[in-house]
Amino acid sequence: MKRRDFIYLSGLGAAATMLPIPMMGNAIDPGRALETVDVALKKQLADVALNAARSKGATYTDVRIGRYLNQFVITREDKVQNIVNTESYGLGVRVIANGSWGFAATDKLDKDSIAKAAEQAVAIAKENSRLLTEPVRLASQKGYGEVSWKAPIEKNAFEVPIKEKVDLLLDVNGAAMKSGADYITSLLFLVNEQKYFASTDGSYIDQDVHRIWPAFFITKIDKVSGKFETRNSLSTPMGMGYEYLNFRPQDKIKGVTTLYKGRYDMFEDAKAAGAQAGEKLKAKSVEPGKYDLILDPSHLWLTIHESTGHPTELDRVLGYEANFAGTSFLTLDKWESKKFNYGSKLVNIVADKTQLGSLGAVGYDDEGVQCGQWDIIKDGILVNYQATRDQAHILGLNASQGCCYADNWSSVQFQRMPNISLQPGKEKKSIDDLIKGVEKGIYIIGDGSFSIDQQRYNFQFGGQLFYEIKNGKIVGMLRDVAYQANSQEFWNSCVGIADASDYRLGGAFGDGKGQPPQSNAVSHGSSTARFNGVNVINTARNL
Amino acid sequence: MSILTKDEAQALLKKVLSYSKADECEVNLTGNDSANIRYARNSVSTSAKVSSSQLVVSSAYGKKLGVATINEFDDASLEKVVRRSEELAQLAPENPEYVLFLGPQNYAGSATYVPATAAITPRLRSDLVAASLQVARDAKAVAAGFLEDNTGYSAMANSKGLFAYNTSTNTNFSITVRTEDGRGSGYATRGYNDVTKLDTRKATQIATDKALKSAEAKAIEPGKYTVILEPAAVAVLLERIFFGLDARQADEGRSFLSKAGGTTRLGEKMVDERVNIYSDPLHPELPTSTWSGDGRPQEKVSWIEKGVIKNFSYSRYWAEKKGVKAVPGPDGAIMEGGTKSLEELIAGTKKGVLVTRLWYIRDVDPQSLLLTGLTRDGTFYIENGKIQYPIKNFRFNESPIIMLNNLEELGKVERTVSVESNVNYLLPPIKVRDFTFSSLSDAV
Repeated sequence: MKRRDFIYLSGLGAAATMLPIPMMGNAIDPGRALETVDVALKKQLADVALNAARSKGATYTDVRIGRYLNQFVITREDKVQNIVNTESYGLGVRVIANGSWGFAATDKLDKDSIAKAAEQAVAIAKENSRLLTEPVRLASQKGYGEVSWKAPIEKNAFEVPIKEKVDLLLDVNGAAMKSGADYITSLLFLVNEQKYFASTDGSYIDQDVHRIWPAFFITKIDKVSGKFETRNSLSTPMGMGYEYLNFRPQDKIKGVTTLYKGRYDMFEDAKAAGAQAGEKLKAKSVEPGKYDLILDPSHLWLTIHESTGHPTELDRVLGYEANFAGTSFLTLDKWESKKFNYGSKLVNIVADKTQLGSLGAVGYDDEGVQCGQWDIIKDGILVNYQATRDQAHILGLNASQGCCYADNWSSVQFQRMPNISLQPGKEKKSIDDLIKGVEKGIYIIGDGSFSIDQQRYNFQFGGQLFYEIKNGKIVGMLRDVAYQANSQEFWNSCVGIADASDYRLGGAFGDGKGQPPQSNAVSHGSSTARFNGVNVINTARNL
Repeated sequence: MSILTKDEAQALLKKVLSYSKADECEVNLTGNDSANIRYARNSVSTSAKVSSSQLVVSSAYGKKLGVATINEFDDASLEKVVRRSEELAQLAPENPEYVLFLGPQNYAGSATYVPATAAITPRLRSDLVAASLQVARDAKAVAAGFLEDNTGYSAMANSKGLFAYNTSTNTNFSITVRTEDGRGSGYATRGYNDVTKLDTRKATQIATDKALKSAEAKAIEPGKYTVILEPAAVAVLLERIFFGLDARQADEGRSFLSKAGGTTRLGEKMVDERVNIYSDPLHPELPTSTWSGDGRPQEKVSWIEKGVIKNFSYSRYWAEKKGVKAVPGPDGAIMEGGTKSLEELIAGTKKGVLVTRLWYIRDVDPQSLLLTGLTRDGTFYIENGKIQYPIKNFRFNESPIIMLNNLEELGKVERTVSVESNVNYLLPPIKVRDFTFSSLSDAV
């Protein structure tokens, strides 16, 4: 879903009030959430496209049939603001003809329309082949025959009665208001991608992907001064079912605020957040300068995403994103040297498409490649990238790394980020151990504002909660904090990573890239980590 | 074809409404035929043609509302989606903010549809890209670009007799040209309803010139500078104001338009008096739909006049509560400019920085509308009325409200495209003083 569409549907933006569509049910949503399309029918439809493209001269064809279901439950304060069920069903066919890619998509799934889409894809490829400098080179891929993969969820969130969801959100809102919030918007965003892939390599792959994102956004206002502060939830989108909201005691990390590991207590977080929004209003405005930063995984995931995930996307490195998302400073010569230092010796970054509960987990990518795991940065050295079938040869690989994804049946699949995670420290180390060693520092929890240049050198990040550390102790809350750094210098300044017992996932539904822009859902794991001597700025301004 | 004529759309909507048993029913229908070519490394990369449609049915019993959507259009699917929305409405609690659907409205005819754009062929698309590639290849530079066109329609009808229909076409083009050694980069973007206005060769020539001229960039100290922002750079800053005009946010005290004591900036002078911003669906250079998604007519609205905040946008609920006209938010925005060309603005600048494009814009503080982001694809130092040399890119931290208070000069208005939202605007290049660059970036 495009960012603007999400804002429109979710009612979070200015257009919110354009769609005040509250509703709730006492029974399971009568929507067709639980319906799936018969696999035998999908195979028949896919074969229509494969045969039509082949007959028109395609040398390779793949077909994706997708049913994409979303549910949004959105509330504010004591009202249900919006419940939206969206559904999109259609077919996209991608071909190589005359050495060039072509793609066409249709939501009319009769045999004639499918054959016509396949023919259009071939015609586009042939027409555009005159613009080619070299033909597509596709890494070989064995066909898997008829296979399937299902996300290992415990409780399908689409089967949970709407009333239960609404009650949860209204309870969450009540807790936040009681503890001091002036306004709260809370939401549940559920995703089910039912996707079917078939290719001329002989694969017919049926997959069922589930994702969930519970979140809230709190505002606290000082009416006299007119100042306001916000505090967003510390939840993260996950590749899980409704079990993400069934927290257990062992899922909580107690500290200056409660942090969540694998499961989420939305009620407790909202209660804390209502009070913290008020604390933020009274907090000390940060003195700009160099600080040692202790970054919580609920914050660090976004820094990992922007400064290690994006620059190791091979399409950026090669220039395919030059017009939009940008290129990368991690050029091939740096990788070829086998000694380009990207991080201290502690820094190990791993790419992964299989991690349980992660957003990127699937059995096979969107060009029929079985997914796996590989090193990106090993002991502080750049060792690999993220590639698709038509890029594998550039890295001297015989097979793709399985990094191909399309956000809809109507979108062209291309290279997208797998889960990219910082490995935990090997020595036993807790969050407190990390804080203890800091003389002048800031402990940052939760993600905030984020921005990075088109080659991924210069970044700036905010957060949700900022705690000042003096001589190894947390002494109070700060506000107006953002840090700026050069990616390489930042990762080289990593001097401590908590052990595996602190490892947690963060992530996003809205990783954007491509033209037209597409959203990717991706997780980033880490333990709490320390970075020394980072430049902190003060973001307060008066109008 | 996904594009239904007015009569076909009306017939389909009538059929959907005929299945309704609710107190009120409203149906929105959209369809799009879109196509694109993407290229990079001086070669085509991906290309697509997509046809899609969507139907949204809203059913209401009293103040209880249910909504369901579908993209299948056989009779059984149409009846099913109506029944589903009714079942949801029956389960819904009453919504105190529910507002009854609108009755029939009068809409002006729009000028958003251009037959030449709807008739684009695969050959014309590849010709437009070939022309762009040729410019870059001739200059021994490397092009990456994107050409897309869309023909679409939207229609709505409800049980109170409202009916609205619009067709539109659009084509957006953007091009980045880089030197072979990757040390220089230039950019241009164009957007039109009418593809015959699109000159990909000329736009690519501008991007190529910028790439070649930006290759030997020098680092200058971050700090406050007089800057000239080209329209594409102005767009990504000002649209944060356009998106933030919602009255409810301001009234609730959580917007840059809120004030101490629970009041708002409505009617107050907030920026330089030369700033005039409005929207007008009938503007010949930026036509937009004459009705909004909930059926309200879109009319000409002044948002900022002589620096004064003139209007907020309202939901129908909030307008009713406040007893004011429910003005919908704009689909595009127009800022009045001056008569000078970009070159004339540069010629009149003693010391300053020329910015081609801004990138990765994010809110830092909603209270002051402080934004951060970076310059990109053509940043130059100006001295004594001339571009002296290319400079390394900067990160900025600046509020567009503060920026519009530091206005020096406005140039001639042109149509441009936001790289962040893909929305088209009519904006001038602007010259402002004391624009805050907070750090240097090594990115090219």
